[in-house]
Amino acid sequence: MFTLIQQAPLSAKIGMVIILLNLLTILLAPQMAPYGETELVGDVWAPMSSEHMLGTDQLGRDMLTRVVYGARNTISIALTIVFLSFVVGCSCGLLAATMGGWVDQTIGRLVDIIMAFPTLIFALMVLSVMGTSIPTLIGVIAILDSTRVFRVSRAVAMDIEVMDFVEVARLRGEGLWWIMRNEILPNALPPLIAEFGLRFCFVFLFISSLSFLGLGIQPPTADWGSMVRENAGAISFGIYSPMYPAAAIAILTIGVNLVVDWMLNRSSLLRT
Amino acid sequence: MVALHDINKQKPLLDIKQLNIEGFDGEKWSSIVKNMDMKLMRGEVLGLIGESGAGKSTLGLAAMGYTQTGCRIASGSIHFDGLSLTDAPEQSVIELRGSRISYVAQSAAASFNPAHKLIDQFAEGPVQHGIMSYTEAVEKAIDLFRRLDLPDPENIGFRYPHQVSGGQLQRAMVAMAMATDPDIIIFDEPTTALDVTTQIEVLVAIKDVIKELNTAAIYITHDLAVVAQLADRIMVLRHGNLIEAGDARQMLDNPKEDYTRRLLAVRSLGEEKIRNEKDPNVILDINGVSAGYQKGVNIVQDINLRVKRRKTVAVVGESGSGKTTVARIVTGLLPARGGQISFSGERLSPDLASRDRECLRRLQMIYQMPDVALNPRQKIKTIIGRPLSFYFGMKGKEVTARVKELLGMVELPESYIDRYPAELSGGEKQRICIARALAANPDLIICDEVTSALDQLVAEGILNLLQRLQNELGISYLFITHDLATVKAIADEIVVMYKGRIVEQGLKSEILKPPHHDYTQLLLSSVPEMDPDWLDNLLEERAAA
Repeated sequence: MFTLIQQAPLSAKIGMVIILLNLLTILLAPQMAPYGETELVGDVWAPMSSEHMLGTDQLGRDMLTRVVYGARNTISIALTIVFLSFVVGCSCGLLAATMGGWVDQTIGRLVDIIMAFPTLIFALMVLSVMGTSIPTLIGVIAILDSTRVFRVSRAVAMDIEVMDFVEVARLRGEGLWWIMRNEILPNALPPLIAEFGLRFCFVFLFISSLSFLGLGIQPPTADWGSMVRENAGAISFGIYSPMYPAAAIAILTIGVNLVVDWMLNRSSLLRT
Repeated sequence: MVALHDINKQKPLLDIKQLNIEGFDGEKWSSIVKNMDMKLMRGEVLGLIGESGAGKSTLGLAAMGYTQTGCRIASGSIHFDGLSLTDAPEQSVIELRGSRISYVAQSAAASFNPAHKLIDQFAEGPVQHGIMSYTEAVEKAIDLFRRLDLPDPENIGFRYPHQVSGGQLQRAMVAMAMATDPDIIIFDEPTTALDVTTQIEVLVAIKDVIKELNTAAIYITHDLAVVAQLADRIMVLRHGNLIEAGDARQMLDNPKEDYTRRLLAVRSLGEEKIRNEKDPNVILDINGVSAGYQKGVNIVQDINLRVKRRKTVAVVGESGSGKTTVARIVTGLLPARGGQISFSGERLSPDLASRDRECLRRLQMIYQMPDVALNPRQKIKTIIGRPLSFYFGMKGKEVTARVKELLGMVELPESYIDRYPAELSGGEKQRICIARALAANPDLIICDEVTSALDQLVAEGILNLLQRLQNELGISYLFITHDLATVKAIADEIVVMYKGRIVEQGLKSEILKPPHHDYTQLLLSSVPEMDPDWLDNLLEERAAA
């Protein structure tokens, strides 16, 4: 494992460092943050100073503290959503590809119906009916996202399903679960890993945009998306405060994709 | 043609001296072609033969001053008509490619863009090089299509690639290569992907056209009999080294090197074999079976065939004749519509899902492409070990011991147990497939074109192995192939299929002896022989008939 990381190209190493720093931030947020998450500590939109390294926000809370706590909320929610959507999407996708016939048709049409609604509108609709709590938020985005995962995993699995080694397994009398888990899934992994990285970033941005519209994570909980929204007004006064959470989103997105690119490269080499 | 190039002997059209080509394998540069010398005169046809990995294609591409990505010309010189391709600026070499030197790839089906009409793809090269206008190119195309004996030459170009047959597509590709009246055409295994009857069409077309236009050609193949029909001179390559070079007729009559002799000998592999005549009972009995993929359309009609214990039945026919469909019916992948199949006395249910595990175990299958028949993510131990634990409930050490034993039976080292399929060669992979089938202790193995994706020498090894296993273990084979040389080598009985029906069947000695059914005759006479005059003689015979 260690040599593996050593051999990784520079870009992947940079990505890993970014992810590692973010993970550390999540774990050590209370220790790292100089103030409390919702504590009012200074003037509104104070500039950078020795007390407030990134200045303060629109209510006078310390920006650095908010960004640190924001990492905790945003990333953990995004990870849960992506995991959920992959568990649901992949199992449905593989099932549809392996079984074919009416199973494929039923799941496929159901997914088409969900996908027919613009995701943002769909999420807005459900969230305003059900109310915005974090479990609902996770559930809604996970289901919306699993339709995309379903499409990708089904398409990939369809390609593998026609290979002779799958036929060999069928002729041997293997059950559905064994074929899905041992013959198809390992070969479908590279594109799915790539999809995982992308999905993670999209979910991230999606939560941010929901928060921006006021339906995501509710104040006063710190989260990068809503922080951008709340501080957006500052831009017109030439104040940098909305830039910090935005930069945090961008940096993590890039970091995740750098690592995913590398994993993709490695696994596609093995395939030949 | 020989006389023609004698006149210009002093000045070769293409002159390669001490050429070294290296390939990058991810860590270091290793040599693919070593110290190669090659001369090609105007109007001469040079055959390059050897097994895969011999460096034939790499050398062929180098004749255009081109190397594939990941390869480089390490040293040596390539001169084309006085111009050094290694030193000349890239732009002037690009000008040559596709205008004065052109290339015909192995699989026309994969090389044509399915989204454009043939004629547009034909015209692309000449127009790009500014040699002719689009309308001139169309005229030229029609002329070439006619010379290449394509049906309806005026209109065939306006079809899309999927609308013409494989043999026609390959000829269209030859036409494309000839569009600019090149000085040299490089043919890279142009007939390997075709079946014997189609191969003849293409060979005849190529032979006539290059003779007529006096084009020089480099013909790359692993099939000596094919090259014998076309080449004036032959170079035998192996592992990037030149084994032997010389006049085609001389080499076929009197090969100097041991390797060349072995290549020649493969064709006449063990035509007769000692057989255990005991146990003549029938293992597989197919009675009046029909089946098809669409409703109301039967791909195969009224199939009757019998496989006896310890015997090999070969099913022969060109592609599309329904051979593989028969295999799919027996395995249950395609349920039969009518008729009955019995397997060692018991009635076999037509549908795979309703067969029990014991029945599945006794009927195993080996595929044409070992690359896709092995899961690239599983180690050999898992691949061979799974049937053991699945059918016999073996565990842990027992499985490892048996897998090692099986590897020994297919003549592979025990150390392969921890490898992935990607770490083995094509022939070794096919041996793994055989070991996996053997792991189930089957009574019948269906072999679907098991040797057609392999080189001759490797294929010979596989056939010998299959025969040895049959003698030792008493397995029966249903052997599906389009290659009659393989049939001669391995079959006890032959079933000839054409358009979904069995046209002739019987013992090998009977089928191979005249009088033949018309289609059997066509198949038999289409197998290239080592005689360089074979193609000409055959055409005369067919014209007379």
